[in-house]
Amino acid sequence: MSVLVLGVGNILLTDEGIGVRVVEQLEHRYAIPEGVEVMDGGTAGMELLSSIAKRGHVILIDAVNTGAEAGTVVTLVGEQVPALFKTKISPHQLGISDLLGVLTITGEMPDEMTLFGVVPYSLDTAVELSEPMLPRLEQLLELTVAELRKQGYVMVEKSETAAAIEQAC
Amino acid sequence: MAKRIVVDPVTRIEGHLRIDVEVDEGKVSKAWSSGQMWRGIEQILEGRDPLDAWIFTQRICGVCTTVHALASVRAVENALEMEVPVNAQHIRNMIITAHGVHDHIVHFYHLSALDWVDIVSALKADPKEAAKLAESLSGWELNGVHEMTRIQQKLQGFVNSGQLGVFANGYWGHSAMKLPPEVNLIAAAHYIQALEIQRDANKIVTILGGKTPHIQNLAVGGVTNSINLDSQAVLNMERLTYVKSLIEKLDSFVKNAYLVDLAVIGAFYTEWAGYGKGVTDYLCVPDLPLDSKGTKFAMPGGYIRNGDLSTFKPINSYNDDFLKMGIAESSKHSWYTGDEPLHPWDGKTIPSYDDFNDEGQYSWIKSPTFQGRPAQVGPLANVLCMAAAGHESTNKHLGFLVDTLNTVNKMVGGPGGVGIDALHSTLGRHAARAVRCAVMLDELNVQWEMLVNNIASGDTDTYNRPSFPKGEIRGVGFHEAPRGVLSHWVVIEDAKIKNYQCVVPSTWNAGPRNNEDVPGPYEASLVGNPVVDEHNPLEVLRTVHSFDPCIACAIHLFDTENNEVVKVKAL
Repeated sequence: MSVLVLGVGNILLTDEGIGVRVVEQLEHRYAIPEGVEVMDGGTAGMELLSSIAKRGHVILIDAVNTGAEAGTVVTLVGEQVPALFKTKISPHQLGISDLLGVLTITGEMPDEMTLFGVVPYSLDTAVELSEPMLPRLEQLLELTVAELRKQGYVMVEKSETAAAIEQAC
Repeated sequence: MAKRIVVDPVTRIEGHLRIDVEVDEGKVSKAWSSGQMWRGIEQILEGRDPLDAWIFTQRICGVCTTVHALASVRAVENALEMEVPVNAQHIRNMIITAHGVHDHIVHFYHLSALDWVDIVSALKADPKEAAKLAESLSGWELNGVHEMTRIQQKLQGFVNSGQLGVFANGYWGHSAMKLPPEVNLIAAAHYIQALEIQRDANKIVTILGGKTPHIQNLAVGGVTNSINLDSQAVLNMERLTYVKSLIEKLDSFVKNAYLVDLAVIGAFYTEWAGYGKGVTDYLCVPDLPLDSKGTKFAMPGGYIRNGDLSTFKPINSYNDDFLKMGIAESSKHSWYTGDEPLHPWDGKTIPSYDDFNDEGQYSWIKSPTFQGRPAQVGPLANVLCMAAAGHESTNKHLGFLVDTLNTVNKMVGGPGGVGIDALHSTLGRHAARAVRCAVMLDELNVQWEMLVNNIASGDTDTYNRPSFPKGEIRGVGFHEAPRGVLSHWVVIEDAKIKNYQCVVPSTWNAGPRNNEDVPGPYEASLVGNPVVDEHNPLEVLRTVHSFDPCIACAIHLFDTENNEVVKVKAL
């Protein structure tokens, strides 16, 4: 039973793309161990069905709007995750909530779900995150890595040289 | 006294759409379509490398990633007057058709079937009778009594546990629901089977596109797939054979279940062939290019005026000035500066937000026109034009659907006699989508064979390298996407993007009144629709959903706080 780390969001709308930016950094900075799949889900819905179905654990990273102050980091586990999308707090409620609904019907809900979310500062049209979001990206990345380690995966940071070579290629 | 109903947002669609209607004596007398978020891809692309544009445009929407990627590379290729290797055309065409099949299946079963199918009523069905009816109409392998019983028990389980999941948003027991329990059960069974089947279409896109949900294999000048029929690492015979097996599974479902379901459901809702007509000027572009220059296409395009097929004017090339210069966008009723219609190459997107004004500005979507008039785009436009052009596969599946619909209609005591004219309607848009889905499968099969034969002849080219001249060049990328005509317009100066405009299918259909105050297709189609219960305006949703609204690209995120509650207000 494998783990899926799924970052979702629209990278054309600044902080809305935070989930995608976190998984990009995760792949860039860490060697991803066997049994873990990292995926940039964008704003897709049904296309993600096969990827989420029957997973042991899905770690979802997304921008959320809980009404709390911008920059607030939220961790939700288990049943709280579908509940969040049902109340339409995430801007991607259509894709993800439908997906979770469908997985309930097909009997393929992941055994466990964790959501790391953050309330966006900006939803302006641009591909960069807002300045104040940058430390939150680090925080979400740390939370994700810690969660994977907690589950027994060995998360090794790539050396700076290795990461630089990879980026140059 | 007319009553105003506001549906905001319309659910089971991608993006945020608000529909306002005035209802007078149980019928819609006026309608407004308003996209509530605004679009800004132009700002992001200005100054960037045209070779990278597709990477950004495929992020515009989560449903239509591949179509915006393709239109973008075609726009740059058009500006550079490039040829695209035949293998690349076939690989792209297979992605286009597989994506189209996926999109149509999901739209019908998962986004709009619940407007017509009462899931709770399926619990009262006799599974034996349901299986008998289904098996009498088609040879689909999963129509047996065992499967019908299994599905019914599954539904009962959801109802008992109070967890209806995606079914929870339905209008159960609404007086506009007309299907007998057995037909509801058959449709529910195919709904659940379609959840499984749609993955196969997506697998084809993933195998050819390299990654899901954002394909990686496109490039200005071709595709980056390496072809070697004997190598393990690239596109080889083993993968192509697997793709073929997926095509066969999809083919059986679409032709034996989807197409037949439309005929059966349509047979009980023939009155919906009389609603939702709206704009009957139809526009579609040719697609699935078969040669490197893009002079021959597997699916024809054209233009029809006033719903009269004898006016059909073929469009045979993306460089046809009738097409290219016939398009303009007005923002008289949209929250942007400027009233006069502009050609997309000269288009401007400068926001100027005001309140919702019935007679003034009320949408973030612009209003496109073709030859100065609104045009309806989408599967209906595509199917009517292909039928008028004598496209064989289109006429075959259209004929089958109409015949089956009439057979079932007579079987349940109806008069039959439903003809092609019935297509200009809410029901017709759904029927045309099913026909188009079957056509796309035929074409997917043909493209697969053409690719394999071309490779076997020794041609493994997939890419031509682009080079940019100094100075200004302009290009357009057309694509007949699942929701209709898509065009990306690019102005390039010294190898950098100077202007970029996307005129997307849902802009054509969901656009507000134009510069001459003529309503757009959604708006026009709603006038005359019945509304039995103004607190549950199911009939409004039926007509809006029949267009398959997907407006995440027409518009963008505006205010998430206002999205929290699904509102239906009767004022």
